[in-house]
Amino acid sequence: MPEVPLVEMRGISKSFGAVKALQNVELALTHNEVLGLIGDNAAGKSTLMKILSGVYLPDEGEILFEGKKTHITGPEESRNLGIEMVYQDFALANKQDVASNIFLGREIPKGGLGRLFNMFDRRKMDRESEALLQRLKIEIDSVRLKVERLSGGQRQAVAIARSLAFNAKAVIMDEPTASLSVAAIGKVLELVKQLKEHGVSIIIISHRLEDILHVSDRIMVLRRGRRVGDMQNEDLKITDLVEYMVGARDDFA
Amino acid sequence: MVEENEMSGKQIDFRDPSGQVSITGARHHRVSALEILKMRGVGLILVLIIMGAVLTFLAPKSFPTAYNLFNVLRDVSYISISAFGECMVIITAGIDLSVGSIMGLSGIMSALAIAGGMPTLIGVFSGLATGAFFGLVNGLLISKIRMPPFIITLGTMSIVRGLCYGITGGWPIPSKGRAGVQSLPESFLILGRGMVFDTVPYPVIFMLVLGLIISFFLARTITGRHIYATGDNPQASRFAGIRTENIKLLVYILCGLLSGIGGILMTARLGTGDPRGAVSYELDIIAAVVLGGTSLMGGEGSLPGVILAAAFMRLIRNGLTLLGSDPYWQPVAIGAVIIAGAMIDHFSKGRRVE
Repeated sequence: MPEVPLVEMRGISKSFGAVKALQNVELALTHNEVLGLIGDNAAGKSTLMKILSGVYLPDEGEILFEGKKTHITGPEESRNLGIEMVYQDFALANKQDVASNIFLGREIPKGGLGRLFNMFDRRKMDRESEALLQRLKIEIDSVRLKVERLSGGQRQAVAIARSLAFNAKAVIMDEPTASLSVAAIGKVLELVKQLKEHGVSIIIISHRLEDILHVSDRIMVLRRGRRVGDMQNEDLKITDLVEYMVGARDDFA
Repeated sequence: MVEENEMSGKQIDFRDPSGQVSITGARHHRVSALEILKMRGVGLILVLIIMGAVLTFLAPKSFPTAYNLFNVLRDVSYISISAFGECMVIITAGIDLSVGSIMGLSGIMSALAIAGGMPTLIGVFSGLATGAFFGLVNGLLISKIRMPPFIITLGTMSIVRGLCYGITGGWPIPSKGRAGVQSLPESFLILGRGMVFDTVPYPVIFMLVLGLIISFFLARTITGRHIYATGDNPQASRFAGIRTENIKLLVYILCGLLSGIGGILMTARLGTGDPRGAVSYELDIIAAVVLGGTSLMGGEGSLPGVILAAAFMRLIRNGLTLLGSDPYWQPVAIGAVIIAGAMIDHFSKGRRVE
């Protein structure tokens, strides 16, 4: 594993009016690592991730990607670096089919004359979608199924597969299990591990601490816009995490 | 909660064991959307055949003649062509109420230019430009300033109709006894009155060609995909890098342009630019789109259903006229049919409005 972290956020601060959402937060995501990001409501988790994915600009601080300083000023730049975001409410077009969703906004253009007419390559998109689902061991009957006919777990799987379709190096998941059944949660967590096996680094935000403990290599705790804990996931218990979250422990005071 | 099994190499089965989501059939089963569409198409065709049979029985001398049928189909074509544009707008979860007014004004502008001595080509171009221009106005207000399409196009519907009356002073263009030419030249009239093989009117040909082009555009091009995605989930589309404002702008411009084409063909058929031309057509057009299977919620829809539904509505009007019903009462019958059609569709699809 290289020494340089994949993503490094240094001294990130962000205010919304008088509200200091983030204060001098440091985050490092190493290669092929699952980082759990937790904290109570309004701790700044989502704000931090929106800065990384280009939705917000930080007031202060810098972001390094693969050791190089970058200026992420929009979602497209973040995506071009190889950072993908999976949203909790499955940002999918439900009446379109699985393949269309996986390639949404990045349809494969057809070669030759078709390109002239701005056509997309339906077959290639279907084939690559099938290969992708297979690679992630996601069981869906057909890539031509409309997303609205899938279960919640399958939809989240499609959303996650989408992130991998474009060789993401880092995938951010904001509450990926929030609206799923218990059975589907287990499957999505398995999928997180599958992603890791494919060499992807993952930041996962969740209120479900047992999920975080189950999949994370390292866990970072935010509280009121500050980093209060950052530790390897070894012998950690839910009570340890809660102590950080409620302010009983603070490693960076 | 999570089974501690060996993770790697294990197939994750996302199928819901409760069967609540029924995903059955072969792995490469291709697929429901097309089947539903086919079924809808079949349903509409069946209704059309039954109506045809009933009208043939009730009015054997007047209904089943090539003259009458192609007349009906010609009327269908003006509405269908505008409805192609409306269909794209509704796929983006928008609505355009100004289509009837735009049809009227585009025809008038063509007629005015030609009656004023311009060549036919310029006249046609001014009609098209009129349609595209008001489409652009709708599109800019809706996409860039983010105003609700219903209220914006309600406004332009009134403005454009007012222009129809104001510019003409309420007179048809050209009118006998008023300045300018007495009638529009043959080179223009042929657009609406010409026939292929002495049977198929030009407007019907235009409808079919435009229908094919737009179907291709919607189903096969990347922009077409983005039109569906924009209506389906605008936020997801934006996150995916689709410029949804530009997509919306485009569909309103196309809708205006297509309504312009419909209006020009109608005017060429009638021989005059009528200030009251295409009044209340927006209702027929929207009804054709919705009965044709396009959801007002956006994200789905296609053109063949639009043509069938437009034909269906015209047949009802034609049938009522042939049967000698009082024209004042016709809207009651039409409205009832629209509601009935929508309900049949609603229940056959098993879909509830959320």
